[in-house]
Amino acid sequence: MSIHINKKLCTGCGRCADICPGNLIVIEDHTAHIINPRDCWGCTACLKECVVGAVMFYLGADIGGRGSTLKMNQKGSIKDWIVTKPTGEQVHIKVDSSCSNAY
Amino acid sequence: MKLTVKHIYTDILIAGGGTAGCYAAYKLADSRKSITIIEKANIRRSGCLAAGVNALNAYITKGRTPDFYVDYVEKDSHGIARGDLLLTMAERLNYCAHELETLGVVIQKNKQGNYVERGPRNIKINGENIKPILADAITSLHNVTIYNHVNIIDFIVQEHRIIGAVAISTQNAIIYIIHSGAVLCATGGTAGLYRPNQPGFSRHKMWYPPFNTGAGLAAGMRHGAEITTLEMRFIALRCKGTIAPTGTIAQGVGAKQINSNDEEYEKKYGYTTSQRLYGVVTEDRMGNGPSYLQTKGINKKLELDLEKAYLNMAPSQTLKWVEEGGPSTKNVEIKGSEPYVVGGHAGAGFWVSTKRETTINGLFAAGDVAGGCPQKYVTGAMAEGYIAAENIHVYLASSSKAAVIDEQTIAAYIKQEQNFLEPSDQLFSAENIEEGMQSVMDEYAGGITTAYRYNMASLVVADKKIQQLTALAQNLKAANMHELLSIHEILDRLLICRFLIAHLQNRKETRWRCFSENTDYPEIDETFNKYVNSYMKDGKIYIKLRPIVTREQNYEHTY
Repeated sequence: MSIHINKKLCTGCGRCADICPGNLIVIEDHTAHIINPRDCWGCTACLKECVVGAVMFYLGADIGGRGSTLKMNQKGSIKDWIVTKPTGEQVHIKVDSSCSNAY
Repeated sequence: MKLTVKHIYTDILIAGGGTAGCYAAYKLADSRKSITIIEKANIRRSGCLAAGVNALNAYITKGRTPDFYVDYVEKDSHGIARGDLLLTMAERLNYCAHELETLGVVIQKNKQGNYVERGPRNIKINGENIKPILADAITSLHNVTIYNHVNIIDFIVQEHRIIGAVAISTQNAIIYIIHSGAVLCATGGTAGLYRPNQPGFSRHKMWYPPFNTGAGLAAGMRHGAEITTLEMRFIALRCKGTIAPTGTIAQGVGAKQINSNDEEYEKKYGYTTSQRLYGVVTEDRMGNGPSYLQTKGINKKLELDLEKAYLNMAPSQTLKWVEEGGPSTKNVEIKGSEPYVVGGHAGAGFWVSTKRETTINGLFAAGDVAGGCPQKYVTGAMAEGYIAAENIHVYLASSSKAAVIDEQTIAAYIKQEQNFLEPSDQLFSAENIEEGMQSVMDEYAGGITTAYRYNMASLVVADKKIQQLTALAQNLKAANMHELLSIHEILDRLLICRFLIAHLQNRKETRWRCFSENTDYPEIDETFNKYVNSYMKDGKIYIKLRPIVTREQNYEHTY
């Protein structure tokens, strides 16, 4: 379980480094790096904070991960969770956090 | 690396900006007192609710009373819980839930406008953003100052009264000396003591946050605070691999536990929290594993409900379902986690008065670090923060001004930290010692390897090895502040291991399968209808068995 940071998209703004509950992300050469991928808890705070979609989350092979990644785009109260499979296929699950009707 | 010393002067220090700490700050802010939160990471996403939560599991549902909640917890913990703490907490659960809603957390409602119950004691919420909401509620308050990325490394106690704390920045070469009239410890429970389910790449994919390393609990221990019920370890029954919670599935869609022969087996073992886990462990041992939650065949709407619910709390589980096929197509495999010390689920933590004051004057505790009050969960942690906040006011109004922290004490802390930062060619790293500690606890103090069981002889081995590792850890060196933090984390965890082993040794019975299963004493012994408490003096741990405190009592410390 860990995160992958897309170096091409990362602007080095430092939001992910500031939010990580494990203090595991540092900014070096204007890019975010995770100090040790094994230390990640998998809370996804960093990818929620990233405004350019550079951070994605995946399951390690040791817990059955198959190479898909998870991202989240937020527009207002709608959280659009996007799973990208190794084939490129994308699955969207949208959650409206302001909606109090039982799902 | 040379540390800069900075002083912080505050009326009230809150150690830890998780749910209990943030809510306590919110309730304290009406006063004219200055409040300082010291948070290891960032209060917007720190503590065990960093990823969010999809239910409030402690709520008095329609037609029920706080006593109903207390009855349930007392039964579930087989009598080893504090009635006074449970009742005073239960009385405020709904108030806290409603206040959360006022602050912006969405509680789900049915067509009649009533909260949607998930079970007899819980309601469903959209709580992915619970921490940002709590953080927003306190960030703008003029008398609350928040220090993110600063970690408490010790309390300063003089003549049995707390007068401040010491902290280090996790990023910059700064040591903070905090001068405070009162302190609320809300640093959470302790994870990472035992070898985790997946010790490799995904070692931190554990249920409880690996960053909750018991800083406040260990600081209290060092200064002689009384500790209770550590031996009631919490072992979470979770989804295999992702260690995501199972309650959402079990209660949300009414899924039953089955073994690999499709047999429902829970009734054989019982329905308390520890018995449910024991069922899984025993079925595995008998060759009937793996165990599952029976979800296959649920309809697509329920499946999507579950996928969304997990995105609010444990996104890894939803990712796993999208990769492998959702819960409608296959049952969800379940497994026990490694053991944790956590007062929000089990009873481990500081021994507190009904006012939530520890045995150190002026040091209060709330949330997962406070003992005696199992199954407090989110709203219970808030209720404790609220109760502590009220009593901190009373304490500050009635006590003399706190003593000044003397220069010698400050100099000693600076020297200690500078010493850790001395350049050195060392053999061991904090990570290596952590692995050693986790192996010892796993093999000799009832980890996953032994199906959570231990005996008196294995505990003696565990104690000896933990003491050896503690000696090694004293000589660790750090090249930067992140490594310095790691040294404190391992020292804190090793101390908590020592206390935990002492507690396991002194509950000479098996009251809760798996949580505290001593094979030399495999049955319940009613003479242990008592709390096992401990405290440290001159480096030695002492045990005290205390009688049960009922819900009718108002418990105050007697010295």
